[in-house]
Amino acid sequence: MIHSLFLISNAGDLFLEKHWKSVISRSVCDYFFEAREKAVEPDNVPPVIRTPHHYLINIYREKIFFVSVIQTEVPPLFVIEFLHRVAETFQDYFGECSETTIKDNVVIVYELLEEMLDNGFPLATESNILKELIRPPTILRSMVNTITGSSNVGETLPTGQLSTIPWRRAGVKYTSNEAYFDVVEEIDAILDKSGTAVFAEIQGVIDACVKLSGMPDLTLSFMNPRLLDDVSFHPCVRYKRWESERVISFIPPDGNFQLMSYHISAQNLVAIPVYVKQNISFFETGSSGRLDITVGPKQTMGKTLECLVVTVHMPKVVLSANLSATQGTYNYDPVTKILVWDIGKLNPQKLPNLKGSLSLQSGAPKPEENPSLNIDLKIQQLAISGLKVNRLDVYGEKYKPFKGVKYVTKAGKFQVRT
Amino acid sequence: MIESGWSIVLSCPSLVYFIDTKMDDLIMMLESNKESLKLEAMKRIVGLIAKGKNAYELFPAVVKNVASKNIELKKLVYVYLVRYAEEQQDLALLSISTFQRALKDPNQLIRASALRVLSSIRVPIIVPIMMLAIKEAATDLSPYVRKTAAHAIQKLYSLDPDQKEHLIEVIEKLLKDKSTLVAGSVVMAFEEVCPDRIDLIHKNYRKLCNLLVDVEEWGQVVIIHMLTRYARTQFVSPWREDAVFDENSEKTFYDSEGRRVDQSKPYIMDPDHRLLLRNTKPLLQSRNTAVVMAVSQLYWHLAPKHELSIITKSLVRLLRSHREVQYIVLQNIATMSIQRKGMFEPFMKSFYVRSTDATHIKTLKLEILTNLANEANISTILRELQTYVKSQDKAFAAATIQAIGRCATNISEVTDTCLNGLVLLLSNRDETVVAESVVVIKKLLQTQPSQHSDIIKHMAKLFDSITVPMARASILWLMGEYCEHVPKNAPDVLRKMAKTFISEEDIVKLQTVNLAAKLYLSNSKQTKLLTQYILNLGKYDQNYDIRDRTRFIRQLIVPNEKSGALSRYARRILMAPKPAPVLQSAFKDRDRFQLGTLSHTLNSQSNGYLELSDWPAVAPDQSVRIVEVVELAGAPLLGKSKPGKSAEKFYSDSEEEEEEEGSSSEDSSSSSKSESESESEENSDDSNKSSSSESDSEKKKKTLKNKKLQQQKPDSKDRYCHDLALFLSQSHLFFLNKFLVVFKFNLRCIANVHYSKKKALLLFIMTKFFSIHIVLAFSNQFVANCRCSLLCLCVFLACQFDAVSWHVRVSLQASFPVFVPETSHELLHRMTGKGLSAQYRFTRQPCIYGNSMVSLQLTLSNSSDQALENIHISEKSSTGQNIHRFNAIERLEPQASVTVSMGVDFNDSTQAANFQLCVSIQPAVGELLLPITMTEADFTKEQGKLLGMNESSATITMTPENISSQSVNRKVVSVANLGVIPSSQENIHSVPRRCLNLTKPTFWNVIKKTNCS
Repeated sequence: MIHSLFLISNAGDLFLEKHWKSVISRSVCDYFFEAREKAVEPDNVPPVIRTPHHYLINIYREKIFFVSVIQTEVPPLFVIEFLHRVAETFQDYFGECSETTIKDNVVIVYELLEEMLDNGFPLATESNILKELIRPPTILRSMVNTITGSSNVGETLPTGQLSTIPWRRAGVKYTSNEAYFDVVEEIDAILDKSGTAVFAEIQGVIDACVKLSGMPDLTLSFMNPRLLDDVSFHPCVRYKRWESERVISFIPPDGNFQLMSYHISAQNLVAIPVYVKQNISFFETGSSGRLDITVGPKQTMGKTLECLVVTVHMPKVVLSANLSATQGTYNYDPVTKILVWDIGKLNPQKLPNLKGSLSLQSGAPKPEENPSLNIDLKIQQLAISGLKVNRLDVYGEKYKPFKGVKYVTKAGKFQVRT
Repeated sequence: MIESGWSIVLSCPSLVYFIDTKMDDLIMMLESNKESLKLEAMKRIVGLIAKGKNAYELFPAVVKNVASKNIELKKLVYVYLVRYAEEQQDLALLSISTFQRALKDPNQLIRASALRVLSSIRVPIIVPIMMLAIKEAATDLSPYVRKTAAHAIQKLYSLDPDQKEHLIEVIEKLLKDKSTLVAGSVVMAFEEVCPDRIDLIHKNYRKLCNLLVDVEEWGQVVIIHMLTRYARTQFVSPWREDAVFDENSEKTFYDSEGRRVDQSKPYIMDPDHRLLLRNTKPLLQSRNTAVVMAVSQLYWHLAPKHELSIITKSLVRLLRSHREVQYIVLQNIATMSIQRKGMFEPFMKSFYVRSTDATHIKTLKLEILTNLANEANISTILRELQTYVKSQDKAFAAATIQAIGRCATNISEVTDTCLNGLVLLLSNRDETVVAESVVVIKKLLQTQPSQHSDIIKHMAKLFDSITVPMARASILWLMGEYCEHVPKNAPDVLRKMAKTFISEEDIVKLQTVNLAAKLYLSNSKQTKLLTQYILNLGKYDQNYDIRDRTRFIRQLIVPNEKSGALSRYARRILMAPKPAPVLQSAFKDRDRFQLGTLSHTLNSQSNGYLELSDWPAVAPDQSVRIVEVVELAGAPLLGKSKPGKSAEKFYSDSEEEEEEEGSSSEDSSSSSKSESESESEENSDDSNKSSSSESDSEKKKKTLKNKKLQQQKPDSKDRYCHDLALFLSQSHLFFLNKFLVVFKFNLRCIANVHYSKKKALLLFIMTKFFSIHIVLAFSNQFVANCRCSLLCLCVFLACQFDAVSWHVRVSLQASFPVFVPETSHELLHRMTGKGLSAQYRFTRQPCIYGNSMVSLQLTLSNSSDQALENIHISEKSSTGQNIHRFNAIERLEPQASVTVSMGVDFNDSTQAANFQLCVSIQPAVGELLLPITMTEADFTKEQGKLLGMNESSATITMTPENISSQSVNRKVVSVANLGVIPSSQENIHSVPRRCLNLTKPTFWNVIKKTNCS
C-alpha cells in the first residue's frame, strides 16, 4: 500500500521523509517537482502522477504537499483520504499543520506516522486512540517530562483499539459535563449576471464538542429531519436508527469531532441571503476599466450578515486598482491579481459600495470576460435551511450535562458571474 | 524548486563534516547512563532520519538500547532499527533475542510492537524466526496481536516469496477469525499473497459480509474490493437476465401459458449476492470517501441496473470534499456517465464549473456535462458552455469548444445552433478559441457539407487572419474537400498559399499540397500552373514528409507514361467521400478497468492490478459458502456429502398424499423396486445439474421416487420412514435442487446406520426444520423406544428474520409453523467442547423475547459417552448485548441433541455476541422453557397428524405409579414452574393418559409439550 511519504513545502523544500517498507530514494520526488513546475498553480498539480517504477499520489494542504509513493495497485481515494487524515491528525495535535510546527515536533510526527501505518496499511487513525498512545504536546507536559523524565508515549494498548467503539477512549472523566453542537450550513451557489441562481444548494455539517464522562449514549433528534436529503455520518452513528426513526443515536468520541454532514433536498428553494449589483467594464481604448460593486441583503430572515468579503480574480492585464469603498477596506494584489474587499457587517440602511477605476497593461487587448465575484459571508444563529435540533437525550449515565446548540450559515462556494 | 534542489547538493560536503562531529556527541549520549540523555540522543537521531540524513554509523550504539525499559526510548530505537537494519544485517541480529522475549510479554501492546519490528527488519536470515513468530501470533488471544500478524504476513512475503505456502496456511486460519479488527488486515494479506485463492473465501464470505459494517474503515475498503472480485466469479450476472426477465413477464402476461416453458428461467439473485449488496449499502453513508467510492464501484459492478441509482447521491456528495477527492470521483463519474446518463442527469448542476476550480477539475466536469447532454437538457448545457467559452483559462475555453462540437454531433437537433455559435466564435479575439472553433467546425461540416457552403466561404475569408497552424490546415482541408461548393474561393486561397508556402508550418504545407491536388482535379483550368508551382516548392522542401507527399501527388495527378494506370483513378482516390469523424469521450474505454482503482485513474494497467472477471455463465456451486456444521452422532455416516448436508436436510419430501395427493400413494405402492432403483440413478444425474427452478411436474416425479424408495425399507423401519415422510410432507418444498442429495443421505442412513443413531439423525433433521410439537412428539417416541431418557427441549421461534433472498416464503401464522431454510453454523466443535457440540442458526423470525432481539436457535448435542447436565449460558455477557438466555438444560444424554432458542439484541450491529456456554454436573431443578402460543384447534390438528407416532408408543413398557390423572396433574404443577396454565385441561389430561407408563424424565417432556400447546 503506502510505501513512503514525503512532505514538501510550497517552496519545494523536502523537509520530512518516512518509509514504511524499504527505503525509496528521495530522487523519486523529481517527477513530482516536474509536474509541480508544469502546473504553475499548486492547485493544478495532478493528484496522481505516474513514474516509471512508482506512482505518486499527493495532496496539497496548508501549503504542504503530502507526497506518497505507491508501488502497486491501490484505490487512489484510499491513499488520498489517508493523507488528509494525517494532515488532520497533525492539526489536532499541534493546533495547526504547517511546515514549522511539523519541523518543531518532528519526533512526535514520526511516532505518529509509525503508529498510523504498519507496512503501509492504516493501523490506528482514530484520534482518541492515537492520543492514548502518544500524548499530544502541551507546555505543562513537556515541562513535567523534562523534570521527571517520564515520556509521552502510552505503555498499554488503548482500550478503544480492541472495543467495538474504537473512537472513544475509556475512563473519561469531567467535572462539568458538556455537549455542544454547531450546525454549520454553507450555501453553494452560482448566480448569473442578472442575479438569478443558476445553481444553489445547501450543505451542512454538525460539529460536536462532547465532554462527557463515562460511556454516554446520546440521541439527537431534529424538528424537521425530512429536510435532510443525503447524509453521511461519523462511524459512531447507528445508521439503522436513522433509517427507521430519523434520529441520530451514538456513543460520541471524546472531544471535538464532526458528527454528520448533510445535504438539503433539492426540492427546497434555497434562500440567497445577499444580492450583488456590479458593473465591471473595460474600455477598448486608454487601457483602463471601471468597477462598481454594491452589495445588499436579500433573504436574511431578519439576521445580520457578517464577515462579508468579496473576492475578485482579476484578468491578468489589470495592473492596479484605484477604488474607494464606502465601507470596509479593499486590497488589490498585483501579483496574484486578486482583489479582496473586506466589508464586515452589512448595514441594510447604508449599502456598501466599491467604486473606481482599474488600470490595464497598455497595449494589451481588453479582457474578454469579466471576472466573477466570490462572496464570503456569515450569519449567526441561523440555519438557512430551517433545520432545527429538537432535543438531545443522554442515556447510560446519571449526570445532567450542559447542552448547547449553535447555528451558523456561511457562504460556501458562492460565485457571482459577471 | 530547482534552486532548493541545488542548495541541498551544495550543502552536502559541509553537512558531512557537521554530522561527523555531531555523531560522536550522539554516541556519547547514547552510551551514558542517563535515560534522559539517551532519549534526547534518539530524538535527534530520529530528526536526522526524518530529514533523510544518514545516521547509520550509529547503529551499534543505538541497537544496545533495544532492551530499554523506557518505552519511548524503545520505540525510537525501533524506528531506527526498522530504517537501518537492512543495511546492517549482522548487527541487527543482535536485537532479535530481545524481540523474541518481547513476543512472550504479557502486555499485548508490547507483543504486537515486537512482532511489528521483528517483521519489519528486512533481514533474510531471520525468515524462519519470523515465520514462527507469525504462526504463534496468529493464535494469540489478543485480536490486536493477530492483526499485527496479518500485517507481518505481507512483510514476510515480500521478503521471501518462497514462504507463500506456509503463509497461505496462516491466512486461512486468520480468515476464520471473527474479530472485526483482524478482518481488514487479513484480507489485505490475502490480496497481496494469494489473490487467486478464491476458495479460501467461500467459507468466510458470509461472515465477512456480516462483519463489514463494524470493520474499521480502511479494512472496509480492502474487503469491499476483494468481495467485488469474488462476487464476479461466483454469481451469475444480474444484468442480462434482467432483460430476459422483463420480456418473460410480458409474454406470460399476454401469451398463453405454454410459451413460458420456452423462456429462459427468470433471474433470481443468489441470496449471498443480495447479502453483499444489502450489507454494503449503509456504508454509502460513511464519512470516509474511499469507503463510499468502494461501495459505489461494488454497486456499479455487481448490482442490478435498476438499483444503481442509490450510489449517485453519495458520489455527488463526495464532490464537496477535497480537491484531490473531487478529481478521482469525477473521473469515475465520467466513466459511469458514458454508460448511464440517467444516473447523474438530475444532478447535472452539481457539475457546473466554477472559475476557482483547478483546471483538471474543470475539464472533468466539462466531460461529464457533455456526456450527460441529451435532447431535453441540451439547451441548458449549451447556455452553460457559452459562459465557459469566455473563461480566462484558455485551455479550458478550448476544451469547451470541443465539448460543444461533441454535443453537436451527438444530438442532431442542435447541430445547426452549435455550428452557428461556433461560427460566431470565429470572430473571437483569442486565437486559441478561433483555432479550436475552426477545427471543430471542420469536423461538424463533414457531416453535411452541402448545406453549409456559406460557412466554408466565411472561413475562407477568415483565412488571412488566422495564424494557428492547426486551424489553417483545417480550413485548407475544408476548401479542398468541398471545393465544388466554393468554386470561386478555393483557387484564391490556393493562390495566397502559393505565396506564403515557404514560411508555413509543415502541417499547413501538407494540406496546401492536398488542396492543390484536389483543385487540379476539379478545376485544372484555373489552377494548373499554381499546382505545379506548389508541387515544385514541395519537391525541395526540407521536410521529407512533404517531399514524399509532393512526389506521390505529382505521380498521381499529373498523367505521364510511368504512372498510367493509377492516375486514372486519381479523382476517385483523392475525392472519395470520407466518413465524418466520431467525436468521442476520452473516457470511452476506461470502463475496462475496475472503477475506483489506480489503473482506472491512470487509464493504464498498474502493477498488481487484478482484473475483474466476467460473470460466469453458470453460477458455481453455491453450497461452498455454507459453513460446515458438525453433526451429532450421525456425523461419520454422512460420508462425502458433508459440506452440503446442513442445507440438505429438508428434503425427501415424500408422501404428499397425506395432504394433497391421494392418488400418488397408489402409484407408489404399485411401483416396483427395480424401477425405483433405475430412477434413482437418473436422479443423481439430475442433481448434478442442480437447477434451482424445476417444473412442477418434475417435482412431483421426484416426490414419487422418494416415496418408492422409502417404501422399500424394511418393515421395522417403515413406520419411522412413514413418520418422517409425514413431517416432510407438511413442509413446504423448496430448494428442490438439493432435495435429491438429502434424500440419498436419508436412504444411506436408513440402510447403514444403527437404529438409534439413525433416529438421532432424523431427529436432528427434524429439529432443524419442523416445529416444536412435532419434534417433541417424535422424540418422545424415540425416547420410549430406545429406552433412554432423552430430554428434548425444542422451541422454535416464529420469526422471519430477513427473507429478501428467499423467493419462496412460508408463512408461520398458518397451522404449520415455518421451516426456515438456511444453514447452521458451528458454534462449538465437539472436540473442543469435550463432547458437547453446538450449532446455531438464525431462524429469521421475529423474536418473541423482545422486538429488538434476533432470534437464534442453538442445537446442542452430546457426542460423548456420558450424559451432560445443566447446560446453560452464563450470566455475564462480555459485549454488553442483551441476551435472552435459554433456560438451562438439565441433562443431555449421550448421543442426544437438544434445540433451544435464545434472543440476542445485537443493537443493529453485526458485532458478534459473546456468551459462555456452561455445562456442569450439578442438575438444576425445574428449568422450563417459554411457551409458544398456539391455538387449541391447531394443537388438536397437529395431534391428529401425529397420531401414528403416538400409537407406536404403545409398545413401551409401563411403570405403574403414575396412573391417575390427579397424580399427573400434581406432577405437572410441581415440576413445571412455568405453569401448565395456558393449556386446557383437556390437553393435560389427554397427554398423560396416553403416556401413563412413562418414566419420570420422559414425563417432563410431555409436560413441555403440553406447555407448548
